[in-house]
Amino acid sequence: MGATALRNKPAPVSAPNDAIVEVRGICKTYGNVEALRGVDLDFPRGKLTSLLGPSGCGKTTLLKIIAGLIEADAGTVTIDGKPVKGPGPERAFVFQDFALMPWATVLRNVAFGLELRRRARAEREEIARRYIAQVGLAGFEDKYPHELSGGMRQRVGLARALSVDAEVLLLDEPFSAVDEQNRRKFQEDLIRLRTQENKTFIFVTHSIEEAVYISDRIVLLSPRPGRVSRIIEPEIDRSGDPDRIHRDKHYLDTVEEIWQGLKQYVE
Amino acid sequence: MTILGYRIPMMASLVVWCLVWEVLGRTGLIFILPPFSDVLAAAVQLVQTASWQSATVTTLRAFAIGMVLAILCGVPLGILMGRVKLADDLLGMWVNIFSSAPLSALVPVLMILFGFGEKTIIAAVFLFAIWIIVLDTRAGVRHISPSLMEMARSYGASQPALYGKIILWAALPEILAGIRLGLIRGVKGVVIGQLLVAIVGYGALFETFSRNFRMAEFWALTIILFAFAMLMAELIERVEAKVEYYAGARQ
Repeated sequence: MGATALRNKPAPVSAPNDAIVEVRGICKTYGNVEALRGVDLDFPRGKLTSLLGPSGCGKTTLLKIIAGLIEADAGTVTIDGKPVKGPGPERAFVFQDFALMPWATVLRNVAFGLELRRRARAEREEIARRYIAQVGLAGFEDKYPHELSGGMRQRVGLARALSVDAEVLLLDEPFSAVDEQNRRKFQEDLIRLRTQENKTFIFVTHSIEEAVYISDRIVLLSPRPGRVSRIIEPEIDRSGDPDRIHRDKHYLDTVEEIWQGLKQYVE
Repeated sequence: MTILGYRIPMMASLVVWCLVWEVLGRTGLIFILPPFSDVLAAAVQLVQTASWQSATVTTLRAFAIGMVLAILCGVPLGILMGRVKLADDLLGMWVNIFSSAPLSALVPVLMILFGFGEKTIIAAVFLFAIWIIVLDTRAGVRHISPSLMEMARSYGASQPALYGKIILWAALPEILAGIRLGLIRGVKGVVIGQLLVAIVGYGALFETFSRNFRMAEFWALTIILFAFAMLMAELIERVEAKVEYYAGARQ
């Protein structure tokens, strides 16, 4: 496997003291469909962890339980040792369908998290402008969401999540509604943003390539019932040219390795 | 619309029908239909009379009060039904019955309750207008995207903020459509109410004109009322178009 460390140990893998999010014994059933069964996971601080698996493996459900948007049937989630009872200011969510307010400008959408926290208008708009620039949307502050492309709308969603200065960013398949070229550019930007913002990212995706390309850690979930099947830590150097990663041998090997593992769940 | 390559303005069909009316009126075949020019002349005369002016003030006031009440009650009721299943189960049946019932039949009952005055007219406007506002508001609230609600929750929206910053705005296109339809029904309500009470406002005028076969004035008043209803609907439609423009891309 060379430098690509593939670990196959039972979870939790990381030492508890550097984990910011701890998931213990999470179970969730919808009607008679068991979405998650006994999920134990640690999410290390400052890392990007992907939840990867075929559809029906409960990855979005797990993310929404961590976000406090869905209640688990059993088990606990703690952030910095504090149990999650609902949404909180230390977490920010990026939605698959962007979830922008169509009646509000880009500026107001990005500042909305701060608006809900009753921050003064001048202050929140200043912060929002900074993050709008950081995601590459400077000059679009006064546009409305319908005037933007899918990729640009998701940049607004990302800027909104960044501007509330949460420690943990939860991204639910953020690029799945974005066209291929924009997705690739967006992934590169996310790698760059990660080096600027010292935050913990939890990223749900069904794309193996995407997970390997951007993640420090990949949690593979198996479907029906959803549970952790493997944890992989691809050791890929992301410091140089992002295009180089796609031709990196470790990158290609890891993608292939994961595909071989997931193949059994695909009809 | 274009005919033989010429662009015909939207008002053209109106002009055609006015001409047909004029010709039919001139033939004198239908005695309830005086020539259109007579009706216009009567309209000009009518608006100068004190009786029309005071009737207009009475009618407008009853209409405005009834509409404001219908909107103030209808929108919150619709939001409640859109959000709370119990409220929807309890009230849904009644709102649907009332929105399609022949409400004119209820106006005499209103007279028993509110007497022969303005209150009955206001109650009639309210009763005619409110149900469609409730139904449209409810539909608008029902169609808010779940992820928009999750977004507000995940960024810590309080209940008042959720309603004031998300639900009301996201449902605004439907609420406005409901108000527009409610306005037209409210005009119906004010006229039917006044006709049945028959001693106030436009109802009294209609009664006088039709009893005495003053057809030109009768039609003039009808046209004025019709123009008013259209104007109100048009105004709301302007606002709607603006809102649709922003809400149009609802993702």
